[in-house]
Amino acid sequence: MADKIATREAYGNALAEFGATNENIVVLDADLAEATKTCVFKKQIPERFFDCGIAENNMVSVAAGLSTCGKIPFVSTFAMFAAGRSFEQIRNSIGYPHLNVKICATHAGISVGEDGATHQCNEDIGLMRTIPGMVVINPSDGVEAREAVKAAIDYNGPVYIRFGRLALPIINDNDSYKFEIGKAIKMADGKDVTIVANGMMVAEALEARKILAEEGISASVINAHTVKPLDAKTIVDDAKITGAVVVSEEHNIIGGLGSAVAEAIAESYPVPVVRHGVNDVYGKSGPAKELIEYYELNAKGIVDKVKKALSLKK
Amino acid sequence: MENEKILELKKIATEIRLGAVEAVFNAKSGHPGGALSSADILACLYFNELNVDVSNPKWEDRDRFVLSKGHSCPGLYSALALKGYFDKEELKSFRHTGALLQGHPDMKAINGVDMSAGSLGQGFSCACGMALAGKLNNKSYRTYALVGDGESQEGQVWEAIMFASHYKLDNLCMIIDNNGLQIDGRVSDVMNVMPYESKLEAFGWNVISIDGHNIAQILDAFKKAKEVKGKPTAIVAKTIKGKGVSFMEDQASWHGKAPNEEQYNIAVSELTAYKNSLGGNN
Repeated sequence: MADKIATREAYGNALAEFGATNENIVVLDADLAEATKTCVFKKQIPERFFDCGIAENNMVSVAAGLSTCGKIPFVSTFAMFAAGRSFEQIRNSIGYPHLNVKICATHAGISVGEDGATHQCNEDIGLMRTIPGMVVINPSDGVEAREAVKAAIDYNGPVYIRFGRLALPIINDNDSYKFEIGKAIKMADGKDVTIVANGMMVAEALEARKILAEEGISASVINAHTVKPLDAKTIVDDAKITGAVVVSEEHNIIGGLGSAVAEAIAESYPVPVVRHGVNDVYGKSGPAKELIEYYELNAKGIVDKVKKALSLKK
Repeated sequence: MENEKILELKKIATEIRLGAVEAVFNAKSGHPGGALSSADILACLYFNELNVDVSNPKWEDRDRFVLSKGHSCPGLYSALALKGYFDKEELKSFRHTGALLQGHPDMKAINGVDMSAGSLGQGFSCACGMALAGKLNNKSYRTYALVGDGESQEGQVWEAIMFASHYKLDNLCMIIDNNGLQIDGRVSDVMNVMPYESKLEAFGWNVISIDGHNIAQILDAFKKAKEVKGKPTAIVAKTIKGKGVSFMEDQASWHGKAPNEEQYNIAVSELTAYKNSLGGNN
């Protein structure tokens, strides 16, 4: 496997891989197959690929109808147009009847890069997790993206999976890796602070842990790939050891993983929780790597938040 | 024989109207206008056209029906109760807390409801998905969707019209309940979306225009729709909102309002008198 792969790339490959043996899988896209990577499936299984044109709302409801007839529709477009534009179709056509549709949105977050604010969706996780019964997953690398697709196929019900545009390092290619919906993965143990992250921020959290170790701060790292249902137990149990939590995500600090973790901690074991993410602002145009520095969506940004969390410890 | 069938369906349509009015009266809320305008279409669908099995509501080869204008569900529920999907008594607790019959169709709880709908524009897209699945699964079932004329102001309806034509969904039949009224007044005054016929034809659809209260025309349109290959069919059914209850007819104010007891009694007596005028066993 390549050293780095975008989760959208892994998604496209997984669709083609699992679609080859599962005839119920159908794929719908809204004129973005080359970008969302559903084109990999399209090339291999064109008879089960349906371009819906630039008409996302119809696409989402068509998927709902397909699922009532035994199909497992995968619906793809950019996160902005899936979770954003079609929120209400997802809520009413898919969520309310709890239909077996997988909404796989790509190009989420700031790392979209040059397209800028109109296309950088930092609100999708927040929107999706308010829908009752919706599973919300944000995989951290190509390995996890494939496993998330596999798990979504095996799960009967609506699932939202967020994929990114930017190539990410592979961090989950070990024998003990196991993906389970709603089960967070403890990546590293620590004593002083718990760092909870998902998506591209997991690799940054591991990097931050190294920097903190040099300063004598011991941080645990939890990969909360599933935002809903949140694995509150794993997070709270770790917070009982460390007494402070930092949550890092490529998403608005309002509504996403940070909010979910803060809610869980506040309701069962209150300790300081500091959120790290996009600080309730819109994105900007620029190369993804420069934007990541600009918004401090990196190890340095996490280290700063850890310092803040430690200062809040009683 | 043919006349007997028409007479029978007229009676059933009147029964559907009686049940719809009963439901809305007991709920003290709901949407009688569109339920009454679509009652003849529902009678023809459920008692002549649709290949369904009441004892096996999720039968995979059944014809599908989506009430995209979900607010008209008092009519649908009344038809489903008459068909035997659930006890007619349920109509009396329509919209009540904890009751079976929700304010808009809920496919999870209510036998015979093929799609949860009510947020306008979405149900018809879902019907397109069902028709596409039929093609993919090599099934011969047909999918019917009832769309409101006001509803067709939703952009999503036209996305779906484009989709159904593009994928040649000739197993799909859309019926537009063209009663000409919406909450704020005449459709032509609120936001004129007419004429439907030329628009639908431009989108590549087969279009049949009928009187939506003429049973023979409704049955004939369904028959003709089945014969058309390579494109979906739209039946533009001219109807009267509130049809069958004199004071509700062609009144936008009866879109979403329940009758009081006096009005309810008048509605029941008018519909019953009409049913009795049709003769035969009642």
